[in-house]
Amino acid sequence: MERADFLLVGVGGQGIVTASDILADVGLRAGYDVKKSEVHGMAQRGGAVTSHVRFGQRVYAPLIGRGQADFLVAFELLEALRWAHCLHPEGTALVNIQSLPPLAVTSGQARYPELEEVEQELARRARQVFFIEGLRTAQELGNVRVVGTVMLGALSALLPIPADLWEDVLGEHVPNRYLELNRQAFRSGRDFLSARLWPQGIEEGTGAARGHREAGLR
Amino acid sequence: MRRMLSGNQAIAQGAYEAGVRVGTAYPGTPSTEILESLSRFPEVRTLWAPNEKVALETGLGSAYAGVRTLVAMKHVGLNVAADPFFYGAYTGIEAGLVIVSADDPGMHSSQNEQDNRHYAKFAKVPMLEPSDSQEARDFTRIAFEISEQFDVPVLLRTTTRISHSHSPVEIESGPARPTHELPPYPRKPQKYVMIPAHARPRHVAVEERLQRLRRYSDETPLNRIEWGNRTLGIVTSGVAYAYAREIFPDASILKLGMSYPLPEGKVRTFAAGVEQLIVLEELDPFLEEEIRLLGIPVAHGKDIFPILGEFDPDIVREGARKAGLIPPGEPLPEPVALPLPPRPPVLCPGCPHRSVYTVLRRLKLIVNSDIGCYTLAVLPPLSTTDTMGCMGGSISMAYGAELAGRPERTVATIGDSTFFHSGIPALLNIAYNGGRTIVLVLDNRTTAMTGHQGHPGTGIGTRGERLHEIPIEDVARAFGLRRVFVVDAYDTRELRRVLEESLKAEEPTLIVARRACVLLPEARAARGPAYWVDPQRCNGCGLCFSIGCPAILKTPEGKAEIDGLLCAACDLCAQVCARKAIHPGEE
Repeated sequence: MERADFLLVGVGGQGIVTASDILADVGLRAGYDVKKSEVHGMAQRGGAVTSHVRFGQRVYAPLIGRGQADFLVAFELLEALRWAHCLHPEGTALVNIQSLPPLAVTSGQARYPELEEVEQELARRARQVFFIEGLRTAQELGNVRVVGTVMLGALSALLPIPADLWEDVLGEHVPNRYLELNRQAFRSGRDFLSARLWPQGIEEGTGAARGHREAGLR
Repeated sequence: MRRMLSGNQAIAQGAYEAGVRVGTAYPGTPSTEILESLSRFPEVRTLWAPNEKVALETGLGSAYAGVRTLVAMKHVGLNVAADPFFYGAYTGIEAGLVIVSADDPGMHSSQNEQDNRHYAKFAKVPMLEPSDSQEARDFTRIAFEISEQFDVPVLLRTTTRISHSHSPVEIESGPARPTHELPPYPRKPQKYVMIPAHARPRHVAVEERLQRLRRYSDETPLNRIEWGNRTLGIVTSGVAYAYAREIFPDASILKLGMSYPLPEGKVRTFAAGVEQLIVLEELDPFLEEEIRLLGIPVAHGKDIFPILGEFDPDIVREGARKAGLIPPGEPLPEPVALPLPPRPPVLCPGCPHRSVYTVLRRLKLIVNSDIGCYTLAVLPPLSTTDTMGCMGGSISMAYGAELAGRPERTVATIGDSTFFHSGIPALLNIAYNGGRTIVLVLDNRTTAMTGHQGHPGTGIGTRGERLHEIPIEDVARAFGLRRVFVVDAYDTRELRRVLEESLKAEEPTLIVARRACVLLPEARAARGPAYWVDPQRCNGCGLCFSIGCPAILKTPEGKAEIDGLLCAACDLCAQVCARKAIHPGEE
């Protein structure tokens, strides 16, 4: 993999910034030049959050444009739609199944899109789309704040970067008392996506697995 | 060692490595993290000043006294600090002084998108513009060298996309550059006392210095030509350089790290070496105009790249395609055609501003407001703000309306940090000149908008340390105001009673509506059990929806329901409910 552009989107409080910090450090550790840029400032007040992370030999622009993202990692369904136009036609969408209706919806003035609409729109715009039970997995693990780690685990299954490296970086970003929880969340996400990619169970690290992963990238 | 740092963190790192010993700022997006990061170095004395003018004057004072100093602010902060900025340009300094202006193209969190590069030219000081975090660190160090070599404060200008983007930075670990033995205080009145007789020769020195800086700008590697294909040459600086490299990978580029004064010789060499010269810059045609003044033809600049807003790769590509600079490519994907509900920022569940504005809306008062989270009350459903434009402006706007003699009554609303920033002289004006203006200070015990920094009203410093706390009501009483009240912002009945009484008074009133921001740890700890709606009593009248709380949901039957995870138990919905259907605690 020579380069990759990731767009992480969601709502303030979902852990987008931490997840993108971890992703950026993974890229740096894997030997890439990295740029990470997010829109925050009013994020704590329930606004949308987007974080642009770019890996490459030399990365210049801090922002990803339309039709450019190799990976759209959406923490929330409505935000997945809002940023769908940034997907490259050969790109991959990873979508956490969670809806956080904005005020216009909760107060009955606007309609929240149906899951089928999200599926259809993304299917038209990406080479592959994976819906991930990130929220449910996090709830089963007993802490909704690890949704981002589940999503990173799923993303890791698509990238030619060793799992050890991810877990090392995770350890640098997560307080010790939450580390085991986050490791479990990471592995849940990684195992879920690996099972989807290789239902017959291609052995980790084999040439076939690597080839399959490379195919996920343009 | 290489680490991912934001531009703001990198500036703090560079300042530390340069041996800075004093750092001052007033918080403001996108500059806030500079001082926060600098305060993590125990060797550096850092402080939140009440405003940017005070921050810069303090910084000038320590730089005069022989200590390297960093002063940081957002673009509009330099308006507040403009007086000492111009004065400091005349006097120069004893030790390096770097002033960071973090501009906000696109107005992510600002009232305008002024281009502060003009300030460098206006005050005749040198300006550096980093293009990524590594340069932010490097340029900060170099800025201190330039400051001392030329005896001048240096403007380090960033934009949101430089301040808030992270990229790898090579940093020096270990102790900072040791501070030299402090020389005796420089008693140089001809240089530091700007009576006209002294200032006139200083103006001569400023003009001579500018000539030397022009030569430096031509020699420094901060300004470099990257020769590529000679058919197109791009002059650029700051984040626009990154877009130039991205969209025009083969073009020749003149990258300006020092964008004022312009390196005239390099610009001429560059222009002579390319067939067509264009300028790529965000906001104003600052470089473009300077280059045109040299008599050098500029083929394209603001005719194809917008003067409005923040650049992104799509905007730059589109401008380049339209002008035929790059071939037309595939059309880009369009946004989803479905109507998507917007997700604007909203006041948090339990925000004490919400209850105050619910009362103001009920009383139908004209609201002259100020800068802070409460500005969100201008949006539906609260829709209760009439004016807002600059820090501290609310009080004088309300006073002006009173002087105009209109029959409608107005109230000034101003946050606690904003009150200390520049509300105090405005209150003094009312106390002195008299009248019956009502000032409502929304005291949520922090500078909330920028991420919870301390201020004089909290007595909390940059490292969370306890300093002297100054109560707002004591300030008002010291000015001789007799009508000074403190109410709990959650108590709408009491607030309404005090406001109605104040509307009848024939003298000025100051009301402090006090309640800690719900995001502060003390507020979280004091939070009661979530509220619930009794569906038997709720008739779906919608009064509770009108307060705009994200925790109140509408059921398919049109009744109200409270999300127990979001509810902060502020009691406001229960206070507005006419059917007494909303209750605290378990169902």
